[in-house]
Amino acid sequence: MEQYEPDSLSAAQVAAMRRSATSGRGALTRRSLLRASGLGALAVGGLGALSACGIPPAKREGAAAASDDHSAREKRISFSNWTEYMDVSEDEKSRPTLEAFTERTGITVKYTEDINDNVEFFGKIKPQLAAGQDTGRDLICVTDWLAARLIRLGWVQKLDPVNLPHAFANLSPQFRSPDWDPGRAYSYPWTGISTVIAYNSKATGGKKVDSVSQMLEDPSLKGKVGFLSEMRDSIGMTLLDSGKDPGKFTDDDFDATVARIQKAVDKKQIRRFTGNDYTSDLSKGDLAACLAWAGDVIQLQADNPDIKYVIPDAGYITSSDNLLVPAKARHKTNAEKLIDYYYEPPVAAELAAYINYVCPVEGVREELAKIDESMASNTLILPDKAMAAKSHAFRSLSSKEETAYEEKFAKLIGA
Amino acid sequence: MSVTDAPPLAPAPAQEPPAPRKASTRKRLVPYWLLLPGILWLIVFFALPMVYQASTSVQTGSLEKGFEVTWHFQTYWDALKDYYPQFVRSLLYAGTATLLCLLLGYPLAYMIAFKAGRWRNLVLVLVIAPFFTSFLIRTLAWKTILADGGPVVDVLNTLHVLDVTSWLGWTEGSRVLATPMAVVCGLTYNFLPFMILPLYTSLERIDGRLHEAAGDLYATPATTFRKVTFPLSMPGVVSGTLLTFIPASGDYVNAELLGSTDTKMVGSVIQSQFLRVLDYPTAAALSFILMAIVLAMVTVYIRKSGTEDLV
Repeated sequence: MEQYEPDSLSAAQVAAMRRSATSGRGALTRRSLLRASGLGALAVGGLGALSACGIPPAKREGAAAASDDHSAREKRISFSNWTEYMDVSEDEKSRPTLEAFTERTGITVKYTEDINDNVEFFGKIKPQLAAGQDTGRDLICVTDWLAARLIRLGWVQKLDPVNLPHAFANLSPQFRSPDWDPGRAYSYPWTGISTVIAYNSKATGGKKVDSVSQMLEDPSLKGKVGFLSEMRDSIGMTLLDSGKDPGKFTDDDFDATVARIQKAVDKKQIRRFTGNDYTSDLSKGDLAACLAWAGDVIQLQADNPDIKYVIPDAGYITSSDNLLVPAKARHKTNAEKLIDYYYEPPVAAELAAYINYVCPVEGVREELAKIDESMASNTLILPDKAMAAKSHAFRSLSSKEETAYEEKFAKLIGA
Repeated sequence: MSVTDAPPLAPAPAQEPPAPRKASTRKRLVPYWLLLPGILWLIVFFALPMVYQASTSVQTGSLEKGFEVTWHFQTYWDALKDYYPQFVRSLLYAGTATLLCLLLGYPLAYMIAFKAGRWRNLVLVLVIAPFFTSFLIRTLAWKTILADGGPVVDVLNTLHVLDVTSWLGWTEGSRVLATPMAVVCGLTYNFLPFMILPLYTSLERIDGRLHEAAGDLYATPATTFRKVTFPLSMPGVVSGTLLTFIPASGDYVNAELLGSTDTKMVGSVIQSQFLRVLDYPTAAALSFILMAIVLAMVTVYIRKSGTEDLV
């Protein structure tokens, strides 16, 4: 390009330049000025926006969680739960216990099965809860560690014991005081979950798989072992197998356990870390042995007699899925009524008979026996003394520990 | 000719009556009005999220204490250092799947464009038919098809194909599931239609008389393909490979469902950083790095394919 030299230009050139400055392409028209200033504003605004974004602290303090309770005027409640976690009638068109609740109390229940995974569900409700808004759900059901996190963040409402007479009286002792919610001020368990070892006897060639050590080391199971992508289950079961207590372990214990599982991953002993989808793999025999949730195993056994389960001598991990009322929910009293309803032994028995998970309600045995004698004696649904003695809970983690452990565990499972 | 009085290139609008002028202004604005919904969409669902994501990637903090912008660019370096194997793997798997799609898709697209005759529409529908089923279900179906004791694996075992692939490190022992091969197969299957359709559109546009002309000039069918058909189908090849490679490199469903711990792609890492570890800055940085890598590769690719380097 030629340099700008006014002296050497002819009159015609100067005129042309002038013209192009006022009406040519390079003219400083209103539009180009707007465009330029728009870009400038975008750039400045972009940088400003970048630094202004930030994410405010998620923690909300005490009373802010409560909201106006519209329960008396609006006889309804919205209940989010996991799939296959509610009794369904033979024709799969109605949910008997829920309908009986509506009949008795006049409270209609909008029941949604929109929880499929704890971490995903947290991702889903986080934006509203962090902003102090109603999630549109009055009752949610999440696993211990997420319940603990929600309580820690102040994202749930304190329950009123006055509305929970049955729940207060009938809650099984083993569920009464978890370290993350002493005395159950915020939560009540929906079900207890036992993490056990399950195996497909056809795929193992009739061999029994009865310890985590065997899962990690037995060469005949190579490439056919499944662990769970829930950190507390996989790490907890391996901690127990190493003789450590998942209720009080140290950072070093955790690291040693991760290293132990990593060895099996490197040797290709472990095929996959799975969520709920281990059930089909186990049933097909692609997984010969895996860590599994007892309720699933009972359901699987009904279809496939090759599926067996073992409570390892070293013990097993118990956890629970808990009902909580999210902050700003509009129908807290209605939600409490529903929690209390499911703590009446006949209702609890009806539910337990259908979903086959550990029932957290005392005095349910007789009711369950009325429905099905074999279920009342199934220790996976109603654990006996010997079984309860082997059960261990994973201790609650501080937010810092949680992040550090999840990060290490994520590396272990490949992401 | 007097320079100052030179008439502008366009006829002067000075004497035009005001009414048509208004109409022409309105006409000039029409394209902008038509663009408006698209632009708004882009701003709300692309530009703003990008700004937000860029900001997140240079923040530090925790969920409980909140995240603040501290211009912590170290996150990018750490993310790249910790997860480069997953990046390499993503590009490798996506690249292989794209190549396989091209090898499988080209003959099919060629067949549909030139040889299908009255079956053309039916075959096209068959290509799109899988989309009537959800992506997830189609991927899950592969778990049944490739199951350890299933017929496919049995046949491959009997033919000793798995011995070869296992020696190459593509499979593990006598199984296909939970191996790199399963993931690549899943990616290939899921993205194949995105390759076939653009290929078909550009092949179908080729004038049949060009083939005849090539024949008249004593070109063998192979030469005709090499010198006429393939170069003319390049736009389809380019858009097909882009439509396959870009989404495949960010995909994580196939790696999650058909893979194992050592086949995780970068999409899995982003998902787990965001949802499981709650490390939003790292997740955002990983997304940006992936975007940058893909953008760089695509730019080079388009430049090259604009010339005849790729032909």
